[in-house]
Amino acid sequence: DGVVLGADTRATEDTVVADKNCSKIHYLADNMYCCGAGTAADTEMTTQMIASQLELHKLNTGRTPRVTTANRLLKQMLFRYQGHISAALVLGGVDVTGPHLYSIHPHGSTDKLPYVTMGSGSLAAMATFEDRFKPNMEKAEAMKLVRDAIAAGIFNDLGSGSNVDLCVITKDKVEYLRPFDEANIKGKREGNYGFKRGTTAILSTEVKKIPFDIVSTQVVTSRSDSAMDTA
Amino acid sequence: MDHNTRNWTSLRPDVEGSQILDLPNGKYGVPDMMMHGFQNVRSGNTPAHPLQHSEKHWHENKKMMDFAMLRNLQGLHAPLKLQMELNITQKMRRLPGLGSSHVLEESLTGRDMMLDFEDIFNDPDEVPLSSQPHIQMEKRLNIL
Repeated sequence: DGVVLGADTRATEDTVVADKNCSKIHYLADNMYCCGAGTAADTEMTTQMIASQLELHKLNTGRTPRVTTANRLLKQMLFRYQGHISAALVLGGVDVTGPHLYSIHPHGSTDKLPYVTMGSGSLAAMATFEDRFKPNMEKAEAMKLVRDAIAAGIFNDLGSGSNVDLCVITKDKVEYLRPFDEANIKGKREGNYGFKRGTTAILSTEVKKIPFDIVSTQVVTSRSDSAMDTA
Repeated sequence: MDHNTRNWTSLRPDVEGSQILDLPNGKYGVPDMMMHGFQNVRSGNTPAHPLQHSEKHWHENKKMMDFAMLRNLQGLHAPLKLQMELNITQKMRRLPGLGSSHVLEESLTGRDMMLDFEDIFNDPDEVPLSSQPHIQMEKRLNIL
């Protein structure tokens, strides 16, 4: 009776890491969160749009929105733009009908499944899920499984990295654990290549005065018309 | 009652066969590149974006789809009545140069309950230049 969402925190620009600690689990509603893979701006803007539409819907109807509503809104928007908005999303939440988990592809197709993965590390994470998923797991076991799946993506895929973020959604509360697990900590520098003062011993010090000889003197007069005119 | 009028429109605005393109015709009925140049966006031969046509006609196509569904479900009177109401609201405009708020039109089409990219980006309040109201009024009354 809950949903566990997990994500890594690396944002890349081709082969360079653009953001070492970005947050990929986006807020949609109080009972719904959405993980986004693909173009970062697309996922961010899409989830913000749908979050505002859900809020408007909630104010109109007076009820907490259902996860399937968010799924329908996302699917229709992504189909309208025919895949040009490259946002692959994993939507999870708990509403009056129970917990739901959806995966939404950039062209607008959706799947409702017990466990889904998206993104470049999706194969590694899916392998972990296929091995160890069981229905009706306990919360701690489910969190460990998701953490291991994300870790599989972090260590085996170049497009994923840094830390693991988790979001546990149950009927009454949401735990947004960021970071849940810091898998890659930057190492501390072991030594210093500089030399300490006094490494080379000073034998003696001497102060000498250097005499200068005057070679020639020259007196230059400025022209009278360019002289300073104080009149 | 005629229920066989299957005038369903497509889910997305369809390009094939619905556009009239004026391709410049050279000899043999083929656009002459020596005389008229390549296909480019400025002259209108090629769309700027693959989704240009689809986005331009999106709301209108959705309306046509809904009306076709209503016609097949409830009969011809339903879309006719709604279209009549929409026509009336579309005629209610402020004087040119002043933007009208489209309140009734939006509440009839349901756009006031929706948030879309057009509401966030490309705000008409932030248009930098607006032409003179005198010229616009002359144009409207055909005095120009």
